[in-house]
Amino acid sequence: MDALTENWDLVLDGFVKTLQLLVGAGALALVIGTLVALFRVSPVPVLRGTGTVYVTIFRNSPLLVLLLITYYGLPQLGINPSFYWKVVLAMGLYTGAFVAESLRSGINGIPLGQAEASRSLGFTFGQTMTQVVLPQSFRNVVPPLASVFIALTKNTSLASSFGVAEATFRMKGLNNDYATERVVIFLGIALGYVIIVEAISFGAAMLERRWRAER
Amino acid sequence: MKIRRTKIAVIAAAAALALAGCGDAGDDDGGDGDGGSGGGFSPEVVSDASFDDGTRTAEIADAGTVKIGVKFDQPGIGFKSATSDTPEGFDPNMGKILAAKLGIEPDKIEWVETISDNREPFLQNSTVDFVIASYSITDERRQVVGQAGPYYVTGQQLLVAADDDSINGPDDLSGKKVCSVTGSTSIKTVEEEYGATPAGFDTYSECVEQLQSGSVDAVTTDGAILAGYAAEDPDNLKVVGEPFSEERYGIGYNKDAAGMCEFINETLEGAFEDGEWEAAFDDSLGKGGIDLPETPTPDPCP
Amino acid sequence: MTKSTVLYDAPGPRALRRYRLIGAIAVVALIALAYVVVKVLYDNGQLEYEGVWEPFVTPAYMEIIWQGLLNTLKAAVFAILGALVYGVLFGIGKLSDHRLIRWPSWLVVEFFRAVPLLLLIIFSWALLDQQVDAAFYALVAGLILYNGSVLAEVFRAGINAVPKGQAEAAYALGMRKSQVMGSVLMPQAVRIMLPSIISQCIVALKDTSLGFVILAPGLTTVGRDIYREYKNYLATALVLLLIYLVINLLLDWLGRWVERKYSGGHKLNVTAVGVLGEEERQARAEVEAARQAATKGGAGTGAGGYQ
Repeated sequence: MDALTENWDLVLDGFVKTLQLLVGAGALALVIGTLVALFRVSPVPVLRGTGTVYVTIFRNSPLLVLLLITYYGLPQLGINPSFYWKVVLAMGLYTGAFVAESLRSGINGIPLGQAEASRSLGFTFGQTMTQVVLPQSFRNVVPPLASVFIALTKNTSLASSFGVAEATFRMKGLNNDYATERVVIFLGIALGYVIIVEAISFGAAMLERRWRAER
Repeated sequence: MKIRRTKIAVIAAAAALALAGCGDAGDDDGGDGDGGSGGGFSPEVVSDASFDDGTRTAEIADAGTVKIGVKFDQPGIGFKSATSDTPEGFDPNMGKILAAKLGIEPDKIEWVETISDNREPFLQNSTVDFVIASYSITDERRQVVGQAGPYYVTGQQLLVAADDDSINGPDDLSGKKVCSVTGSTSIKTVEEEYGATPAGFDTYSECVEQLQSGSVDAVTTDGAILAGYAAEDPDNLKVVGEPFSEERYGIGYNKDAAGMCEFINETLEGAFEDGEWEAAFDDSLGKGGIDLPETPTPDPCP
Repeated sequence: MTKSTVLYDAPGPRALRRYRLIGAIAVVALIALAYVVVKVLYDNGQLEYEGVWEPFVTPAYMEIIWQGLLNTLKAAVFAILGALVYGVLFGIGKLSDHRLIRWPSWLVVEFFRAVPLLLLIIFSWALLDQQVDAAFYALVAGLILYNGSVLAEVFRAGINAVPKGQAEAAYALGMRKSQVMGSVLMPQAVRIMLPSIISQCIVALKDTSLGFVILAPGLTTVGRDIYREYKNYLATALVLLLIYLVINLLLDWLGRWVERKYSGGHKLNVTAVGVLGEEERQARAEVEAARQAATKGGAGTGAGGYQ
């Protein structure tokens, strides 16, 4: 247990960095995802196509290769943000595709009759969206979005090989210093991730329950 | 019919690809890249090597081939290009010297890539006969494997941008972003003892890339390794400060291999004297303008 | 396509004109974007042949990329096969009547789903003394633990999706529990699960790229060798991206094909008396939802089938 008890401050600091990455990349993914989802459901074919291409490319790309592009490719083009932003950019672009898919399936899950009814009541497009469609689709998208953010949490571990001293970086360091305690170190760090993952699951379940009650 | 057409299309595409495969990257950069196994440094091979029966050296000499673990990703020390069969650098050169004394030609050496963390298991399991891979001699390691030498003495140093005057030694590192391999001792030292912000990557080459693009302030590990990178890009990189640790590179061997240590030490001492060690250095680290260090004195065998 | 949807009515003439205008603006914007990208690439010397793209048409390098691809595919195939075995065992374990089997199965599956795949890979490698030779096995082991846990969820949901009457009827015929599972539930469940399993293959394939971190042989590691030599980072990364995209899109296409081929209705389908076709489609959607919920990521955030 020495490895974890003697270095709890480093481990904790690692998880703080993990959470920072999660927040940054998650926020960017939400912005991109919403935009792309709007593209994908838009009546304009060009926009729909653009959205589809975006989702197809980023869902099928390995995140690691995207990191290679932001870390080694962008500097070759004279674009060189800090490590944090490079991770956030790669993970935000990647996760955005999954967010977009969750949102789109949420919107498409609304029965057509709902929108038709609101339009026949004379609602404008904006009213139909904000009053009728979006509130219902939010509820639909909570579970898949939670999965996406859980996945993102775990994906931030890749930053350990990309210059950010987050939780997995700390595990590697401790592994070398306390070779006999590898199992304990692994379980300890894994537990930290499990806690974050379960917290997101729990939060999502709460939101879902609340919105269901409003129905 | 449709399937047939797809098939033809696939074949056509493959053919086009094969035809397009006419680049000759790697062949035109001349110099140290080519020449295969015989390239660069080649020490004189002993033609009538003979060893006492029952020793590991005799077995290797009889087999006529030897397995040597070296680094593949450290310019100057041990580096192998993706398409080449043989690594180059000071460590492989030392390997060639050892092989030559066993009566083995350079092209009969089987080079195996080692990384920092697998060197002991490689020796314990006899995956390789020797490890010559920027392998510091330590008491802990000597508990489990044999380490003869040193053949080179270096220490943890700092690689910084050539125009950076703010970092001249480890004491200047507080708050600076310093890169090394994730999990390494070097990165732990600069963080815990000098207050640097650690940035971890999988290999030193990636760290150097980060330094060149200005994303980190310094790279730290053994000076010999850093010197190799500085030699590759002297306009932009420099090694600064005195070593703040002492790393004595040794040659690893299986502890159970009888007579190994004596053989290595004899070979080293011979190479120090007859100039082969110097030639091995000049052909690798020396090429980058690094001064020839003093010859170290090998530790006595256990 | 521009029919009435939940978001908008079928467009009238004015709306159509507006859509066309927006479309035209979008096309112009896209062209402008493409121009900027090409110009930035060009200005920074990324479009040159020599030293940038040349290695990728040089036979020696094409050869090592091909070897890397084979290693990547090998890792993916081993991982999926292993994950299938693991998934069946633990999926059935989670459905067991015995608490002593059900609970540990649940715990194992839940744990490996929640832990980052990279952590599993690094840990497996540490247990194997971080030998270069062992990196491949560590990668496969990590992939099996993670993808197997996701597939366990898929199996559980798939078996649950088989109509209850099937099992009841089988028991009524005097079949044993293992017979019911082996000859009645599994064959039907597999058909429902197949598209989800293929989707998971895409996830596993993408995640083989993590071998990079432990120097396991594969595409990304070969890529590192190449860019280390030529400093053609961007070009190398783009080539890797392209290779992964092509394989994943092929897999995706295969998944849709399987789905079409095995979706109820047109086939001679004994179970499809009347409504079962629709029911099965719904069951399949439920299985996919379970997979997506189970795909607590790895590097592949639940790359699910396109719905």
